[in-house]
Amino acid sequence: MQIQETTPINSVSVANRRLVKRLLLITVAMFGFGFAMVPIYDVLCDITGLNGKTGGRVAAVESGAVDETRTVTVEFVASLNVGAPWEFSPKVSRMQVHPGQYYQTHYLARNLTRHALVGQAIPSVAPGLAAQHFQKIECFCFSRQKFEPEEGREMPVVFRIDPNLSPDVHTVTLSYTFFKLDDAGG
Amino acid sequence: MSAAATPALDHSDHDHHAGPSKGLMRWLVTTNHKDIGTLYLLFSLTMFFIGGAFALVIRAELFQPGLQIVNPHFFNQMTTLHALVMVFGAVMPAFVGLANWLLPMMIGAPDMALPRMNNWSFWIMPFAFTLLLSTLFTAGGGPAGGWTLYPPLVLQTGEAFPFVILAVHMLGVSSIMGAINVIATILNLRAPGMTLMKMPLFVWTWLITAFLLIAVMPVLAGAVTMLLTDKYFGTSFFNAGGGGDPVLFQHVFWFFGHPEVYIMILPAFGVISQIIPTFARKPLFGYASMVYATASIAFLSFIVWAHHMFTVGMPLAGELFFMYATMLIAVPTGVKVFNWVSTMWRGAMTFETPMLFAIAFVILFTIGGFSGLMLAIAPADFQYHDTYFVVAHFHYVLVPGSVFSLIAAAYYWLPKWTGHMYNETLGKIHFWLSVVGVNVLFFPQHFLGLAGMPRRIPDYALQFAEFNMISSVGAFLFGLSQLLFLYNVIQTIRGGAKATDQVWEGAHGLEWTLPSPPPYHTFTTAPEVK
Repeated sequence: MQIQETTPINSVSVANRRLVKRLLLITVAMFGFGFAMVPIYDVLCDITGLNGKTGGRVAAVESGAVDETRTVTVEFVASLNVGAPWEFSPKVSRMQVHPGQYYQTHYLARNLTRHALVGQAIPSVAPGLAAQHFQKIECFCFSRQKFEPEEGREMPVVFRIDPNLSPDVHTVTLSYTFFKLDDAGG
Repeated sequence: MSAAATPALDHSDHDHHAGPSKGLMRWLVTTNHKDIGTLYLLFSLTMFFIGGAFALVIRAELFQPGLQIVNPHFFNQMTTLHALVMVFGAVMPAFVGLANWLLPMMIGAPDMALPRMNNWSFWIMPFAFTLLLSTLFTAGGGPAGGWTLYPPLVLQTGEAFPFVILAVHMLGVSSIMGAINVIATILNLRAPGMTLMKMPLFVWTWLITAFLLIAVMPVLAGAVTMLLTDKYFGTSFFNAGGGGDPVLFQHVFWFFGHPEVYIMILPAFGVISQIIPTFARKPLFGYASMVYATASIAFLSFIVWAHHMFTVGMPLAGELFFMYATMLIAVPTGVKVFNWVSTMWRGAMTFETPMLFAIAFVILFTIGGFSGLMLAIAPADFQYHDTYFVVAHFHYVLVPGSVFSLIAAAYYWLPKWTGHMYNETLGKIHFWLSVVGVNVLFFPQHFLGLAGMPRRIPDYALQFAEFNMISSVGAFLFGLSQLLFLYNVIQTIRGGAKATDQVWEGAHGLEWTLPSPPPYHTFTTAPEVK
């Protein structure tokens, strides 16, 4: 004989349902956290100046004393990402600078192909702790750079080293990597 | 909680027949925890041999310097897939199989909390791995950038790429559902009287592991989704040219990756904590401290991820923090090791095969832990990173660690599951060949790493030749010995000396009160737990 049972409303299946809902919530939240890590990472790098990021932001022009007593060597390095068909080099390899003083230098880039290209330069400053003290007022890295076929040009950088730079640092290296931006936006 | 019999289960098997349905359909539609446990265990055993075969291809190529057997791209596919298969196809599903078989019996529950989801959790896996392994035959081959899938290299994967990502997603979903099931079962279905602090250690370690799983598998899912969109949908999460950062992937991946390795070892700790007291005929020393130590390890596992990235260019403060936190994990781990030894102290010991593997676990896992401590020292890691020293470390904790605990668990509980004793002589031979093999295989790799041999290379400089040859000999010895285990398992399933209910003289726990083999449905009425 078959006994028809209605599903009893009992504490275990209610408890199960409630617990499973909470666990699914945690799962979804952690999935969101994985994506949230992207802006968190950027914010942390920005705040701390870690990873050599100078923020890509335009620094405000500040008036302040120039520290004539101190000289810091600034080196300029240029790299190309894989598949970036440019000639890319700094106009000067190094400069002796006083913290607080504004300086200008240039990078040279030339499109080696017969097609118009768009590039993006990504800066990095070493040592990492110096990045926060390296202020760029004008930089070709702030925007995408469009090149006509075989076009070459000089691209300016205007920068200043903050006098707050740790006295242990004697050399700061500014490095750019030039990426070719294709249609996929990457 | 009510003492009612089977409230969470449906009674829709109208016939109320005594056992499971017959034939292939039984295995396809089963919602029974014993059946699903068997499916997971047999699946993981198969994947263990597949992943092992990939490892033997690697060790065959590395037997001598030069490129004799495979081309470098195929070699890289082998290293990548060996790891993906072993981590996601062998070790993790094997522990889930143990959880399925044992957790309900250990807590006096009739089945897992969500039996139908349980079935789906399992059946996703064969499909996911068919997808993953099929990539070996696609244009451009399978994934070859390492199981860690770092961009930009991984984005050079050919047509296989979406298959790999989908397979990883499927495996993640399977693990997450399994973990939810485990937590619901343990928290809601314990028999009356089974308080949390009376649960067997294996149940505790699985409870904690399940929380780790639901916390970090979704993060892996996010990370691989970002890889997918970077490759196909124009995002730049990890592309510096678009404002992203490849190092970001490493952070997100290892935020998953470090808890992942604890997911692979905590259930092993639980298994060992069940086996040693049985064969020492003494209760586990320091039950409460074992629980707290496991919870501490799990908590700490979330804040050490960057020790996998010491050479990536982090600032000093970051390196120091991760170094100290990593060293700290050694403390609760040490507590556990001391407690296992203390359990054996002045015990009445016998050395059946499960106990042999358990003792080998304690010794060899500790060695793996020591090399881990060496790696934790950030400045020293600058020398060890991406060398065979790292390979030696993680294989010591995973092979004579996790895998030995799984083998020990199989010998220990097979008589309960099948009702037959395994062949003890063959078990002991398997043990000694495995112990010798695993050490010949991995111990020389410490020296290779210290001497500077990099990881993930199909060919190496001549000064590394001798130890590579030794290691490869060990690999074949260890690998072929596992066939003895396979033979023993199959024979035990098919027949053998009849096992008693308790099986082992010193065994305590609810599962040993059941017949061997247990009926299809057990604890339909909750047992009394004092």
